[in-house]
Amino acid sequence: MNNNILIVGGGPAGMEAAGMLQRLGYNTMLVERSSKLGGHLAAWDRLFPKGLQAKETLDRLTAGINGVKYFLDTDINSINILDDSFNVILSNGITILAKAVLIATGFDLFKAEKKEEYGYGIYDRVITNADLEAYYKTGKSDTIQNPKSIGFVHCVGSRDEKVGNLSCSKVCCATAVKQACEIKQRFPEAQVYSFYMDLRMFGRYYEDLYLEAQKKYGIRFIRGRVSEVSEKEDKSLLVKAEDTLSSKPIKVSVDLLVLMAGIRPAEAGKRVGRMLHLSNEEDGFFSTKDTIRDLQMSKIPGLFFAGTCTGPKTIPETLNDAKSAAMEIDEYIKQNFPDRK
Amino acid sequence: MIYEGKKKIWSDYQKDIPDDHYFYVRSCIRQTFFPASEAAFLEITRNRLGKDVFETEHHTTCGGIAYHCDTIPQETSMTIIARQFALMHKYGYENFVCSCVTSFGLYCETLEAWREFPELKEKIAENLLKSCGLEFAVPKVLIHSSDLIYKYRNPIAALAKFKLVNKKTGKPLRVVEHIGCHYSKMFPSKGVGGAEYPYVLIGMIEAWGGEIIDYPERRHCCGFGFRQYFVQANRGYSLANTNKKFESMEPYNPDMIITNCPGCSYFMDKWQYVIAEMNHKTYGEDGHGIPVFTYEEVAGLVMGYDPWDLGLQTHLVGPEPVLDKIGIPYDSDAKYKGVNGKNIGKPEEVDCIK
Repeated sequence: MNNNILIVGGGPAGMEAAGMLQRLGYNTMLVERSSKLGGHLAAWDRLFPKGLQAKETLDRLTAGINGVKYFLDTDINSINILDDSFNVILSNGITILAKAVLIATGFDLFKAEKKEEYGYGIYDRVITNADLEAYYKTGKSDTIQNPKSIGFVHCVGSRDEKVGNLSCSKVCCATAVKQACEIKQRFPEAQVYSFYMDLRMFGRYYEDLYLEAQKKYGIRFIRGRVSEVSEKEDKSLLVKAEDTLSSKPIKVSVDLLVLMAGIRPAEAGKRVGRMLHLSNEEDGFFSTKDTIRDLQMSKIPGLFFAGTCTGPKTIPETLNDAKSAAMEIDEYIKQNFPDRK
Repeated sequence: MIYEGKKKIWSDYQKDIPDDHYFYVRSCIRQTFFPASEAAFLEITRNRLGKDVFETEHHTTCGGIAYHCDTIPQETSMTIIARQFALMHKYGYENFVCSCVTSFGLYCETLEAWREFPELKEKIAENLLKSCGLEFAVPKVLIHSSDLIYKYRNPIAALAKFKLVNKKTGKPLRVVEHIGCHYSKMFPSKGVGGAEYPYVLIGMIEAWGGEIIDYPERRHCCGFGFRQYFVQANRGYSLANTNKKFESMEPYNPDMIITNCPGCSYFMDKWQYVIAEMNHKTYGEDGHGIPVFTYEEVAGLVMGYDPWDLGLQTHLVGPEPVLDKIGIPYDSDAKYKGVNGKNIGKPEEVDCIK
């Protein structure tokens, strides 16, 4: 009898679960639609709250999947649910018969150009959190040229009925504070503004990061949403917002505006979900078997979830979720296939 | 500015604008503010482009001003609108084109309310039957008249005698465009180009040779705003809004302004005089203001109509600097002569603005 487990998605969740399942003795296969493993982590420079290099985490995850067979640039063409297994046909022509399938399709960043009033893709100096991270990682940018003032806009595409997403993306607050501190490290003379609705600094060390941003770096936190952005003659940006603490509309000119694009369900994940007729919650992420205990389980026996395909998570939460998913899969196999080797 | 980014948004907000056969309703205030604009619209669409644009003397105001000033109930407003649509149906038309941006917004809002609340629609149909004896109908297509001129912008360009180009320098005229709030800010999908980067007027200006200016307060209110102006105590706020826009556009040295809303055209034109009186400041060249035009007026100018036949003598800011730049001939002595040479009266001279 085969011992196959298939993991769909080669981001942190898929890699962590793959490594664990391989070590538990399963023949683990991982399918990744892009040309490299790591998902969004591979494009990030440093991680909150302590500023750990993303590469260090990725290197550890990569070392952990030693022995796992993985396919890059590969899509799922079809998945058929059999009596006690899954028949999966990959875009590279390979067919896999797996006892269990783990969905770890992750998330897409909200397309910031949908918030038209902020001018991403229209105004030269409006960038996203991902663009800024790419600059931190490479040190290269045509846009960032010694800015004297920088603005960060929280909740772009999150908690926003207008774009059809009422849920919080969870990681943007801490990311914005981290990125604001980093930009201040690079441009100490710059004035940095952070426009927020409310700061959800829920995790361990997050509050310390927030206090450090204020005390050490002098980041100016303005409680209020940005209403619109326009470009001035010199390419600087006029940001209109409301300061809800002083109950006044304000205008701030900045040389660079960073939009904290939120987390949305991955389009590629939705495609796989449709193949399996998986249900989604109102936020668009996959429904889990329940909302308290069985967060890694779907309603289909043998089909599991890990990571942000079931909602926004930090990297540590994602890795923990992946470990739990691996344990659930192990439990499922032991119960349903007691004669497996 | 990334032009390709704007083009992407413009491609996302295109709407169905049939080529022909329209039932036309006028604006109550445009006929007094810019009396020749609607005449120019009908002249160009019917006589120059050969389109079927029908109007009947039986149509009325949409009731929009009363609605937005909270002086009539919504049901009354909706019944007035239902009557307009019923007239369209009675005369055998399915495509409805209105001259006023506020009317357009109210028609959109009403159709959306009827779609959302069918019981309300039934009640209005009953009101209409009882009060007017007319059969309830809704248009297949609802557009604003600027949508239609946008649709015809290239045929108009093909017929044009002039371009929006400075004949001395050969450079395109620098044009500020301003759409009325009710055109697409309530329903972005109903406006060509959406709400944030509307294309309806830009399309015309590009087709007719001009260059568009994007300035920081482009989206800001013109200064009309029903509660800003109709509530007398708020008029200072109305003026402050207009002033803010002109201060913002000033560094870009615009040659002219084009709008698609009666209120915007009116206030951006007239408040320039008040600003000149109060602040001793003008925003055009050599003491002139910046001329403000409706889209029909601009279409008429490029097609070679006499500026005074287009009603440009009713503008407070004189259009002459733009006419001179383009090279459009005009007779200064005929400026205040109406039909058959009748003297229509010359405004009192002011020395604060030319």
